[in-house]
Amino acid sequence: MNSKEASKICLDYSAGKPVDSRIIDKMLTYMKSSFGNPSSLHALGQEAKQALEKGREEVAKLVNAEEPETIIFTSGATESNNLAIKGVANRNRNQGTKILTSSVEHMSIVNPCKLMMRQGFQVVFLPVDNLGLLDLEKLENELDDNTTLVSIVYANGEIGTIQPIKEASKIVHEKKAYLHVDATAACGQIPIDVQDENIDLLTISSNDMYGPRGIGGLYIKKGTKIESVIQGGGQERGLRSGTENIAGIVGFAKAAEIAGNEMSHYSERMTKLRDDLIKGLIDPIPNAYLNGHPTRRLPDNVSVRYRFIEGESILLSLDIMGIFASSGSACASKTLQPSHVLLALGLQPEEAHGSLMLTLGRDNTQEDADKLKRVMPDIVKRLRDMSPLTPKELKS
Amino acid sequence: MYSDKVMEHFRNPRNMGEILNADGVGTVGNPVCGDLMTMYIKVKDDRIEDIKFKTYGCGAAIATSSMTTELAKGKTLEEAMKITRASVADSLGGLPKVKMHCSNLAADALHSAIEDYREKNNK
Repeated sequence: MNSKEASKICLDYSAGKPVDSRIIDKMLTYMKSSFGNPSSLHALGQEAKQALEKGREEVAKLVNAEEPETIIFTSGATESNNLAIKGVANRNRNQGTKILTSSVEHMSIVNPCKLMMRQGFQVVFLPVDNLGLLDLEKLENELDDNTTLVSIVYANGEIGTIQPIKEASKIVHEKKAYLHVDATAACGQIPIDVQDENIDLLTISSNDMYGPRGIGGLYIKKGTKIESVIQGGGQERGLRSGTENIAGIVGFAKAAEIAGNEMSHYSERMTKLRDDLIKGLIDPIPNAYLNGHPTRRLPDNVSVRYRFIEGESILLSLDIMGIFASSGSACASKTLQPSHVLLALGLQPEEAHGSLMLTLGRDNTQEDADKLKRVMPDIVKRLRDMSPLTPKELKS
Repeated sequence: MYSDKVMEHFRNPRNMGEILNADGVGTVGNPVCGDLMTMYIKVKDDRIEDIKFKTYGCGAAIATSSMTTELAKGKTLEEAMKITRASVADSLGGLPKVKMHCSNLAADALHSAIEDYREKNNK
């Protein structure tokens, strides 16, 4: 869809974002004319090399990395998370075999951690409270001399709750473990400073900040002991072999530059829309609740749940009206399980099934929010009238 | 993801509601799994004179419920017992593979309602 195609409203931007046209123009040059390989010594190669290093500088700047070389380009956030977990755990295996992570991580953290378990590591999924905040006391208790790596999401994209990273970092470093932070959903909409927050590894996604897909980054603090997951020609300091995706990197870098320049304005506008939607989707509808934290929350994230109805049927009802959203319901997932993130908040499966997740984007307007607020009460009512679970007092 | 026919039944479900004083009631599914449906039947001269459903669940659960009531209405109990998950799915122009098992329970709910009627009437 054209992002402003007549009457279609996308409220599912965490699933995919359109690439900023300022970015596409820059990328085209590196696909058409400046198509060199940075490993080549000739001028065409060196032109690509220059773009690569300039890209590294831009991404480093966005998260205040101490130097550009700390940024490793990957194929995206999933690969960055895989590299962080496997690369650090395996490289430091002689020091310890325990990994700590939270129970509200993306599957690209959960599944590499499960693989490490099968390979003899102990992994602890730390609990969160009912607003999604990490239990710091439990983190402190579980950290021992055998722990080499702690991986915590900056903010989970399903519930929006922003974790106390700086506090976690203090605890982790007292035990001399490494802290990896998955900032896929957060980076570009809230300020992140890897030096101030003392983060050892940070996953950054390009598409989540309107850059192209197929490219991402991993910040690795100088001196961090890590090994590669993909071996080959030794690109990216030997940590990520494969000819560099220069067009992607140029696009990612431009996205980082734009995000840095426009973040405060962008976040302010998203936060306003977010809070308006949360209020408008909950207040007029009985038995409607917010998922995640009310204030320590990503600016673009609206996550609510409705009792007695099921999420996929909410999504279908919205889709019919040209509104695109997402849900943590089992029926809306590939695994037919309700979202582990919603269950980690202490919700029952039948509560998680009724969730509606919206992620806002640059193209959303107040009119979009108003339309959703207008149609939602009737959608919920229609499905509740159909549901055998709806109590009598809610029926028409 | 869904066929036009599924979407049409999701949009305009047939026979949605409850029958007070139903002759048979059948409920299958579990809200923990995300699908729960109840069928209510009125029986006259061994035929399903009226049928209604209530469903909690995804689009497929709602559409199969609606389609099942449409297939069952007016049929003899014996004929209605022959309505299967597969025949409901076929009548809807097919269902996505993942939906065949968990959300396609309406035929079971219908059979359960008929059994309930037979038990109550010693038939």
